[in-house]
Amino acid sequence: MTDPIASYILHLNAMAGGLFLLAAFAIVATRQMLSCVRWFVGQSLLLAASATAIGIGLHSWHLGAVAVITVFTKAIAMPWLLRRTVRRELYRRREISQVLNIPTSLLVAAALTLLAYAIVYPVTAMAAAPFVDINLSVGLAGLFLGAYTVAVRREAVSQLLGLLAMENGAFFAAVSIAPDLPFIAELTVAFDVPVTTLVIGLLTRRIHERVGGTSVGLLAALRER
Amino acid sequence: MELAAILLAPAAVAACCLVVSRRTAAMLTVIGSAVVVFLALLAADRVLSEGSRAGLGGWLSCDPLGALVLLLVAFVGLMAALFSIGYLPRRHAAGGRVNGNYFSLYNLFLLSMLAVPILANIALVWIAVALTTLASAFLVAYEDTPEALEAAWKYVVLTTLGAVVALLGIVFLYWAMKLGGGGPFTWAGLRAAAPHLPPPVLWMGFLLVLVGFGTKAGLAPMHTWLPDAHSQAPAPICALLSGVETTTALYAVLRLFPVLETAGGVGARNWFLVFGLVSTGAAALLLVYVRDYKRMFAFSTVEHMGIVMVAIGLGDPAHFGAAYQILAHALAKSFCFFAAGAVVLVVGTQEIASVRGLIRVSPIAAAAVLLGGLTISGAPPFAVFMSEFAILKAGLGTAQYVAAGLLALFVVVAFCAMMQHVNHIVFGQAGPVQAVASLPATCVAALVLSAIPVLVLGVYLPSGLHRLLAAAAAALGGAP
Repeated sequence: MTDPIASYILHLNAMAGGLFLLAAFAIVATRQMLSCVRWFVGQSLLLAASATAIGIGLHSWHLGAVAVITVFTKAIAMPWLLRRTVRRELYRRREISQVLNIPTSLLVAAALTLLAYAIVYPVTAMAAAPFVDINLSVGLAGLFLGAYTVAVRREAVSQLLGLLAMENGAFFAAVSIAPDLPFIAELTVAFDVPVTTLVIGLLTRRIHERVGGTSVGLLAALRER
Repeated sequence: MELAAILLAPAAVAACCLVVSRRTAAMLTVIGSAVVVFLALLAADRVLSEGSRAGLGGWLSCDPLGALVLLLVAFVGLMAALFSIGYLPRRHAAGGRVNGNYFSLYNLFLLSMLAVPILANIALVWIAVALTTLASAFLVAYEDTPEALEAAWKYVVLTTLGAVVALLGIVFLYWAMKLGGGGPFTWAGLRAAAPHLPPPVLWMGFLLVLVGFGTKAGLAPMHTWLPDAHSQAPAPICALLSGVETTTALYAVLRLFPVLETAGGVGARNWFLVFGLVSTGAAALLLVYVRDYKRMFAFSTVEHMGIVMVAIGLGDPAHFGAAYQILAHALAKSFCFFAAGAVVLVVGTQEIASVRGLIRVSPIAAAAVLLGGLTISGAPPFAVFMSEFAILKAGLGTAQYVAAGLLALFVVVAFCAMMQHVNHIVFGQAGPVQAVASLPATCVAALVLSAIPVLVLGVYLPSGLHRLLAAAAAALGGAP
């Protein structure tokens, strides 16, 4: 591969990384359920873009497959499954009540991002491979922000989106450090993500039927009294 | 070949259960689980004589530690299937909703747990652990009450969150392997490559796996979902969740210990000791205040997962105790949940305060709760006492007085708390409870059958089982 193309791919990947992090912040801060889903789809497309860029850069056909399956499951199948299982939640309930307000959330999210960079620094300093420094830190930050979304959101669908955003973060890191990891990538994206979405979607629907709402953060019948 | 058959049997039964009637499905499940127990015994026997077994061209493999977990999952799976036959119709009569897919999901859940100890590739092990959650989500929610749905929600969200964290950890382990020169991505391959793995990457991988799978194993402070899920699921599912599902998740964490010991420079022992002691201590305190007897047994699971972690962290002399503890806990805890299920069937409530003087209402259920409480809290001469004693002795023998002392303190607090609750349930005076039903025959059969190993293994350990435990302990050790 000629040098200009390699550096072009590196830049492209860095841009995907920046936008990926932006999408993770947007999922934390967006109140409207539908735009939350759209940000998630955008984030998944950026993950696919990064996987493609690294696949070309490292000549790994595995990553091409990961990118294709990611686009199919996360950008097409996941929103479709959500519409099938929890249509009401997606379209009717627009406001999401959060445990913390949005400015506070964004501050915490920024702190988590810095933390991710600090944790990853000793590892990236040791293993100087292309793509790793960007993808590992952005991926870990994505994981943290997803976990934070699960923690502060009360609505079932946004907690699910937080979980899937975490998975995106884990994959964003994985495609750079383990571009040839056998099966786990393909199998997970192709199988685990849709099944998780389906199980959580169906569970949400039953909670709606039995409890009358999907603010799972407010369910507190089970605790030590 | 028996390893492939172990996975095939529940898969085939799960498919059959979709099309046959519920009664036939129940019979098929019991027969399928019995076949799995037989195959697991066969596999364990061969592992003992050959050191390890491989199947399906190297995709499946089983060593003594794997064989131990495999045997436990198979045995508890059979007992819980038997218990389900009598338990489910009674709960439906009490107002639950009939769900025809119970046995299908049950077999999928069993399949995913059986796959964890015998899959060779670590990446596939991760998928199996993640599947245990997804297969059991609707089993936890089976009774369809708002509480059961809340419990199922917490269970799915928190353990899936843990699984994603563990996924990144496993990717780090793979990366460490690649930086260290490569090799097959199996537990054995990781252990063989351990001296060449770069410590920072290995450390990151270990911590992420510890937090991720630790959530699933119920280690404090990530245990918050566990008492909810393990108290709201139907009793036979509780037996599987508490008895063996936590063990399979912990198994994946324990597998890393020899790797870290061989690699050095990561301080693995301290991580195991700290997480173990925090879990044991938190569970001991929570046991004092618990109000619901199924939650009591659930907190006891957190305690026992902690004890196993401490035993591993104490080092090689305590590892036989750790393997023994894994065995004793799985058998005793599943028995406890069968006993709890029997009490639910007889009196229809889970609150400790409203169950008093059970011995005068249902001697069988009362005897089961008493036996379960005594064994699981570690009264002599039962197996849990023997294993805890072995662990403490090893801790004192290697001069780790602080860890062993704290462990002894927490175990004693937990013992007193549990025995007080059990005493109130069985012998309590104020207004004995009314029995609403008697026990179905299959439930009594499951109780009696699962009581046998609980009663016997403390005083008599068959030589084959003893050798399996010793070999499993060696597989946990640092020396190659």
